Amino acid sequence: MSQAVVERLTAHFGERVLETSDAFGDHEVVVAIKDWAEVAQFMKDDSDLQMDHFIDLTAVDYPERESSRFDLLLMTRSSVTGARIRLRTYVKDGEEPGTLSGIWSGANWAEREVWDMFGIKFNGHPDMRRILLYDEFVGHPLRKDYPIDKAQPLVPYREVSDIDKLPPFGIEEGQPFARIDWEARLAGGDNQVSPAIGVQQGQRRTLSDSEAAQQIQARIKARMAQESAEGEASEHSAEEGSGQ
Amino acid sequence: MEPADELSNDQASLELSADPMRLNMGPSHPAMHGTIRMVIDLDGETLVNLDVQPGYLHRGFEKSCERGTWAQVFPYVDRLNYVSPMLNNVGWALAVEKLLGIEVPERCQYYRVILGELARVADHFTCNGASAMELGAFTPFLWLLKVRDWVWDILERETGARMTHSFGRIGGMAAPPTATFKDDVLRLIPEVHKVVKETEIMLLRNRIFLDRMQGVGVLTKEQALSYGVTGPMARSTGIPYDVRKDHPYLVYDRFDFDVPVGEDGDNWDRFMVRLEEIRQSVRIIEQAIEQMPDDGPINIDDPRIVYPAKDDVYTTIEATIAHFKLVMEGLRTPKGEVYSFTEGGNGELGFHIVSDGSGTPYRVRVRPPCWYGLAASREMLLGGMIADIIPTFGSVNMIGGECDR
Repeated sequence: MSQAVVERLTAHFGERVLETSDAFGDHEVVVAIKDWAEVAQFMKDDSDLQMDHFIDLTAVDYPERESSRFDLLLMTRSSVTGARIRLRTYVKDGEEPGTLSGIWSGANWAEREVWDMFGIKFNGHPDMRRILLYDEFVGHPLRKDYPIDKAQPLVPYREVSDIDKLPPFGIEEGQPFARIDWEARLAGGDNQVSPAIGVQQGQRRTLSDSEAAQQIQARIKARMAQESAEGEASEHSAEEGSGQ
Repeated sequence: MEPADELSNDQASLELSADPMRLNMGPSHPAMHGTIRMVIDLDGETLVNLDVQPGYLHRGFEKSCERGTWAQVFPYVDRLNYVSPMLNNVGWALAVEKLLGIEVPERCQYYRVILGELARVADHFTCNGASAMELGAFTPFLWLLKVRDWVWDILERETGARMTHSFGRIGGMAAPPTATFKDDVLRLIPEVHKVVKETEIMLLRNRIFLDRMQGVGVLTKEQALSYGVTGPMARSTGIPYDVRKDHPYLVYDRFDFDVPVGEDGDNWDRFMVRLEEIRQSVRIIEQAIEQMPDDGPINIDDPRIVYPAKDDVYTTIEATIAHFKLVMEGLRTPKGEVYSFTEGGNGELGFHIVSDGSGTPYRVRVRPPCWYGLAASREMLLGGMIADIIPTFGSVNMIGGECDR
C-alpha cells in the first residue's frame, strides 16, 4: 500500500526522486528542496495517491553535515487507501523551502513550530511568527548548537540595571548535564563530552569552587558589558532618530 | 411616545464604535486551562477574528530528551498527556522497541493493552465531565471523575503512582501484574457501564446541555483531514480512523471492537464519540482479561536492554554492573529513524525518533494529537458566539502538557 505510493512518485518524478527507503517499515521518499512543495501538492491531488490526511511536519538538525544542515520531514496519510508516506528534503541554513500551508492547513502551525525551534523560514507562509516561544527569545532551541542551559535575556520592559535582577534562571543554573557538549564538539575541541560525564571519564577535572566562581563572574561581566554596549547603541540611535 | 428614529440628535449620537472589540481570553482564564491565550475580535458577541496562541506550558520536552538515555524519557512522556500517562508510556516503549526490532512477551502485550485502555477510560471520563462542568453542570463532573479515581486506584496498585506512573520500560514493564489485577479490573467494569448509563440519563435530555452542544463548533471532514486532526475529534466528523484498527499494534487485532463515528463534527458528536469509546474500551478490556495468560515473563530476556531484577542488583556483581551500564550509558540502539504511532487519548500519538547509534536519542519528535486539534479550533470557533468558545474548547480536549510539550 505505502510501497505503491513510493512507486507512483518514482514513476512520475523520475530522477527528481533522489532516494527511497523503507527502513524499519517506514516508507520514505527524498526530494530536492526545489521540488518540496510540488511533490507535496502532487501527493495530495493525484487520484491514485490522495494523501489528504496531514500527519506531521518536523525537522532534524545535523550541524556537522557539510552539504545541508537540516532534514525536513513531512508525514502524510491517505484517508482513502490508508497508505502512509514520509517525504524528506535537505535544507541549508538560511534556505527557505516553500510552504505547504496552502495544501494542508495543519502545516501552518507545524511550519511555525519548525521556524520557532530550528529557524527554518518557509517561503510564502502567511503567518511566520514564533508559536511556542515568545518574540524576544534569542536563538532556536532545537538546534544542536543551542546549549540546553542557555539563559535568555529579559524582555525589554524589565530593564536590568543591577546584577541582582538577572533572568529567573541564573547563568549556571538550569540543566548542566548533557551527554554531548555540542559547543565544544562543533568548535572541534578535545572535550566533546559534557563536563559532568567528562569528569567521570577522567577527560576533565572538576573545577574547584573558586575556579567555578571566577568563571561565573567572568561570564556575568561579559554579559553586562555586552548589555551596556547594546544599551548605548540603542540610546545613540534613539538620539539620532529624535534629531531628524 | 415618539418613535426611536425621531429622537433628537443628541440622544442618537451616542458614541458606539463600529470597530470590532479586541478581547484577550487567557492564559489566566479558567476555560483556557491556564495555558492558551486567545486574542478575539468581537462584533457584538460574534467572533470575527481569532488568534489562538499556545506555548505557555512549553518546557522543552524534545530538547530535554536529547540529553539523557532512552529510558530516561519515560518520566517526561508521563507529563505529556497527564490525563492518560499510561498510553504515552506504552507509546514511547513501542517506539524504541520498533527501533530495536524487539517484541515484548504476549503477557506484557495484554498487560499494556489493559492498562492503556483503563487510562483511555479515565481520559474520556475526565474530558466529558469537564465539558459538562464548563457548561455549569457540576454534578456530572464529580460523578464522572469518581470513575477516574477508581481507575487510578487500580493503576496505583499496579504502578505505585496515581498519575505520573513512569511504569513503561523498554522491553517490558517495570513490574508484573499484581495477583489481584484481573479481579480488580473485572470489579470495575460493571461500575463503568453504570456510570456511562447515568451520564446519559443526566445529560442527554438536558435542554441547556443540548443547546450548547448541538450544531456548535462544527468541524467538517475535509477540515479535519487538512488540519491533521485525529482521534475522537476526527471520528466525530465521520472519519473512521483509529490507529488500533487501521494499523494494529500490540494485540489489538485480536479484539472485537467498533470504532464509533459521528456525522456532524459538532460538540455533541465529540461528546458522544468519547462516551461510546468508553464502552468500546471496556469491551477490549473484558476480552483482554480473558485472553491474558496468568503466567509467563513480562520482560524480554535480554540483559542489554532490560534492567536486572533489583534483588540481584544488590546481591550480585554481574547485575550491579549491568544495572550501572544501563543507567549510566543507556542501552544502545541501532542507527536510524523510525516513526511509531499509537492511539492516544486524543488521537494519533506519534514519536519520530532519530538514533545516531549511541545511548542517547539524537532527536525525539512527539506528534501531539491535540496540537492539531487546537490548530483546527480557529475554524470551529470563527463566526460563532463568544460563549461557544467554552464548550468547543472543552471538547477539543486540549491538554497543555501534550500540546506545548
